[in-house]
Amino acid sequence: MRVVLAEDLFLLRDGLVRMLEAFDFEIAAAVESGPELSKALAELEPDVAVVDVRLPPSHTDEGLQCALAARRARPGLPVLVLSQHVEQLYARELLADGNGGVGYLLKDRVFDAEQFVDAVRRVAAGGTAMDPTVIQQLLTRRSGNEPLGALTPREREVLELMAQGRSNAAIAAQLVVTERAIAKHTSNIFAKLGLPVSDDDNRRVLAVLAFLDQGR
Amino acid sequence: MKTSRVRESLLAGARGLYLAVASLVGSITLFVFSVVSLVLIPLGIGLFTTPAVLLAVRRFATLHRVQAGEWADVSIAVPYRREPTRPGVAGQVERCTRMLKDPATWRDLQWLLVNMTLGAVLALIPPVLVLYMLYGWVLACGVWKPIYQAGGGEWYAFIHVTSQGTAFAAAALGTALFGVSLYVNRPLLRAHFLLSRTLLAPTATMRERELALRVGRLEETRHDAVDSSAAELRRIERDLHDGAQARLVAMGMDLGTIEAIVEKDPAKAKEMIAKARQNSGEALTELRDLVRGIHPPVLAERGLGDAVRALALRLPVATDVDVELPGRADASVESAAYFAVSEVLTNAVKYAQADRVWVDVHHADGMLRIAVTDDGKGGAVIGAGTGLSGVERRLGTFDGVLAVSSPVGGPTMVTMEIPCELS
Repeated sequence: MRVVLAEDLFLLRDGLVRMLEAFDFEIAAAVESGPELSKALAELEPDVAVVDVRLPPSHTDEGLQCALAARRARPGLPVLVLSQHVEQLYARELLADGNGGVGYLLKDRVFDAEQFVDAVRRVAAGGTAMDPTVIQQLLTRRSGNEPLGALTPREREVLELMAQGRSNAAIAAQLVVTERAIAKHTSNIFAKLGLPVSDDDNRRVLAVLAFLDQGR
Repeated sequence: MKTSRVRESLLAGARGLYLAVASLVGSITLFVFSVVSLVLIPLGIGLFTTPAVLLAVRRFATLHRVQAGEWADVSIAVPYRREPTRPGVAGQVERCTRMLKDPATWRDLQWLLVNMTLGAVLALIPPVLVLYMLYGWVLACGVWKPIYQAGGGEWYAFIHVTSQGTAFAAAALGTALFGVSLYVNRPLLRAHFLLSRTLLAPTATMRERELALRVGRLEETRHDAVDSSAAELRRIERDLHDGAQARLVAMGMDLGTIEAIVEKDPAKAKEMIAKARQNSGEALTELRDLVRGIHPPVLAERGLGDAVRALALRLPVATDVDVELPGRADASVESAAYFAVSEVLTNAVKYAQADRVWVDVHHADGMLRIAVTDDGKGGAVIGAGTGLSGVERRLGTFDGVLAVSSPVGGPTMVTMEIPCELS
């Protein structure tokens, strides 16, 4: 799997390259600025891009803007955005086109190499990887309201993991229950929230995220 | 050269005519209203009408100031004191007394008197010089005859018009007067405005007092700014010292221990590695919160508009954000505005228990204006330990002002204004 990596701090870029290579990713390019990133995304056609939000030369949200522009040029281009801070505002912009294949994670998440690599693979496959902090914020805002208030604590837990983009199997492994039990929870959640049931994992995640972000 | 002189003279005549009419009608009306309104103050009604009438006087005077600059190159500075206006009846009374205490108000009223007399006369001469020539020619064209036959005998200035010859003499005199107008019309208009300037411009003592007030205010806000930035630095130092720094020390210690025991007790070492990782994660979280408190990343990345939007998204209540900013303000102004909004929003959620909040951010006339309205229980006061006095201090450093309208039972509306330019 070919990766384009954009990160301006040498230490982090180097660490990410080594980690991804250790998990058998091929680094198509590891760049340190916005213009270089745009060029690499346009020319190298990677399977997935891992991008830091803040990049030179402007040191604003240049990485995010490059990623969004590249996705407009090539819809569904898988992009995993990393940042020192997460904002719902940015998450919403990434999810806005409804194409999936996006990730938005705190840089801290690279501490857990396996989970991080899992997220990269998920995004590359067209799935979603949302930082738990974003999901927490979304849930906290609406926790008291119907219909979220009708969920049992366990269902809430499952919803939280599902919104992060995890598959049933991954959720089952994390909560140490069977996949069948998770499937039951998810169908309960969808019924309570009034969402259409879908077998497609990616569609399912996008539907949940859209539900959580709506009504404001 | 010649034609432009004629055009200028005619233009000055037209403007003079307008000014004469405006001076008479406007000044007399406004003066009468002002006097009536002032007399009504003891009855209470005047408290409400006076600010409105005086405001109209100020507008009228300021229009005159603008025209002085545009028509005669006479620049007249605006002397009024700028002060925040608080809503409500108390604010109305406060506004009224403040306007009455402003010496510029009384000089405006004096100006109305001068403007309706001497000012009007000065403004009237240029159009009269032009029109009188026309009248002379009208007489010369034969109109003198019916007037004469009706038993009159018109006096055109010092000429008694009783024949075609004298009528031509009148026309010649009128033309000569017009010739004079070519040279005096513009100076006369200028004289009119210079006369106004003696009363409309701030006097030296007014300027001095204004400067003294401003110096006082600057000293106060500078003191506040230095104080609060020192306190901020102390807080950051303490947070770093007790938080991230301590965690890194703990991590280093753990790593040292791990190094020592990794071969003897791999299970224990693994456990400690997990702990070290957890410590580093928590150190990052603490640093992140600290950074948000120093300068929010979204503010640096996107500017005030999106930073306020991101802030609203983190609130537990529904918040409508309306932003109209054609550019970005200075980083320091953006930061002050952001933290002010943040504080006001916290108040709305924490104390007012609002269900809905509206934030409006826009820039007009060199002012950044932010209004935060909530449907909470109201009763917010500046300086009642709600953090609003902190907001006032923060804005004060930038000559910004804060106004709070918060009747008990709500709704609360907080407006902030900071003078600044966008880039």
